[in-house]
Amino acid sequence: MVARRKVAVVGVALSDCGRVDDATPYALHAQAARRALADSGLDRSLVDGFASAGLGTLAPVEVAEYLGLRPTWVDSTSVGGATWEVMAAHAADAIAAGHARVVLLAYGSTARADVRAGRRTGTLSFGTRGPLQFEVPYGHTLIAKYAMAARRHMIEYGTTIEQLAEVAVQARANAALNPEAMFRTPVTVDEVLVGPMIADPFTKLHCCVRSDGGAAVLLAAEEYVRDCRTSPVWVLGSGEHVSHAAMSEWPDFTVSPAAVSGRLAFERAGVRPDEMDFAEIYDAFTYMTLVTLEDLGFCGKGEGGAFAEKGRLRVEGGELPVNTDGGGLSAQHPGMRGLFLLVEAVRQLRGEGGERQVRRRGDGSLPRLGVASGTGGWFCSSGTVVLGV
Amino acid sequence: MTGRFDLPEPDAFTRTYWEAAAEGRLLIRRCRACGRTHHYPREFCPHCWSEDAVWEPASGRATLYTWSVVHRNDLPPFTDRTPYVAAVVDLAEGPRMMTEVVGTGSAGELSAGAELEVAFREGIPVFRVVPGAPGG
Repeated sequence: MVARRKVAVVGVALSDCGRVDDATPYALHAQAARRALADSGLDRSLVDGFASAGLGTLAPVEVAEYLGLRPTWVDSTSVGGATWEVMAAHAADAIAAGHARVVLLAYGSTARADVRAGRRTGTLSFGTRGPLQFEVPYGHTLIAKYAMAARRHMIEYGTTIEQLAEVAVQARANAALNPEAMFRTPVTVDEVLVGPMIADPFTKLHCCVRSDGGAAVLLAAEEYVRDCRTSPVWVLGSGEHVSHAAMSEWPDFTVSPAAVSGRLAFERAGVRPDEMDFAEIYDAFTYMTLVTLEDLGFCGKGEGGAFAEKGRLRVEGGELPVNTDGGGLSAQHPGMRGLFLLVEAVRQLRGEGGERQVRRRGDGSLPRLGVASGTGGWFCSSGTVVLGV
Repeated sequence: MTGRFDLPEPDAFTRTYWEAAAEGRLLIRRCRACGRTHHYPREFCPHCWSEDAVWEPASGRATLYTWSVVHRNDLPPFTDRTPYVAAVVDLAEGPRMMTEVVGTGSAGELSAGAELEVAFREGIPVFRVVPGAPGG
């Protein structure tokens, strides 16, 4: 048995985010990648692994080529928004096994600019063949799928629309502390409730923003950590799980696949949910935060609504700061947001959060443990990564 | 955008399903090896991988699992159909099915577990609340 190497995140960055009308997705990948490399202080020649998804027919080949990379380890796992947590786990395993030394994960999308320019529709069409032929006649939009799941949780557990709105209110409160967030003006529960109805029970502010933007993360084997200008954030454990693609194949709309990926990640990291100093949770919709909090074990099944009350998710004074950058609900959401969760988790663990820096309750010291949990599709997939310093 | 985004694309295997629907019959699949049913239809049994799966007429009865009244969809023809009720229902035979609930005046009339019956709109199986049934 060969000893597995430890793996750290040594570089993180965002590209220009929010409203970016004059860049291609390739350019956003490249900008984020160059910034993440600069953040790490490592030499580009050390990067021998590359992973990306969402762009190109032969992903990740086109983006690797654009970046001038000729990697000897690649991954293009494509499971929606959870892609990046799953990919980071695969990269960490490859590094630990000695198949790569430094792996770059990069993402970029101009989802907002594309809709504005008429390059795509607001509502996505995923096709009409195979299993999709049994879905396409019914207009189950992505938002409607999440709305149906939220309604089921409300039916089974009495979760209220006000409790769900609390998630949006607190995400916005955190975004107010983040200069990089797209929307920073505080909102109230009432303002969430009276917004335009998109797919009931979801009004507009229950749904994520549509932004442009990219992100990049650099993972390295422990022997390269000393060459970095950053302090290492260690990958302590990870888990992945896929559930369904057709909503009719989802056995229980009140349980996210994070229930499995989270349990695996915490078990493998040897830590408990209650040891986390903060959580970054994929929040394309308010319900995702609420149900994922339950499924990661921060509260019991059905208790997510009550947990989301009393400002618990806020950076300022919250018991468990969640989505410290404002999340997809307020900061940015270019399409597959999972990589942004890892960037924010690493910044928090390094103490680079600025005004939104999480402090441990009690002694006010910097956080030591955090979790990033990505969800893909419509609760189709989940990847959870536990990070620590 | 032009064209329609609500048209299923039948294949050699599923043509049976859509031809039955065009005649006002809802079909499900039953495995003769393990006895279990499934929907959406597959050539084989997804539960036990037996190839001895056959078409079977469904009763057309279902209960409402969950729903959402969709107000925004910029894909034609849904743009003109909003608001409409996207729904997931549990067929009496067991399988769950994605569908639309039609004929509701407003979503306020719907409740979880509402008894539904199949109806057909241009050869597409949809559901409506059984008149006078509890929860309807």
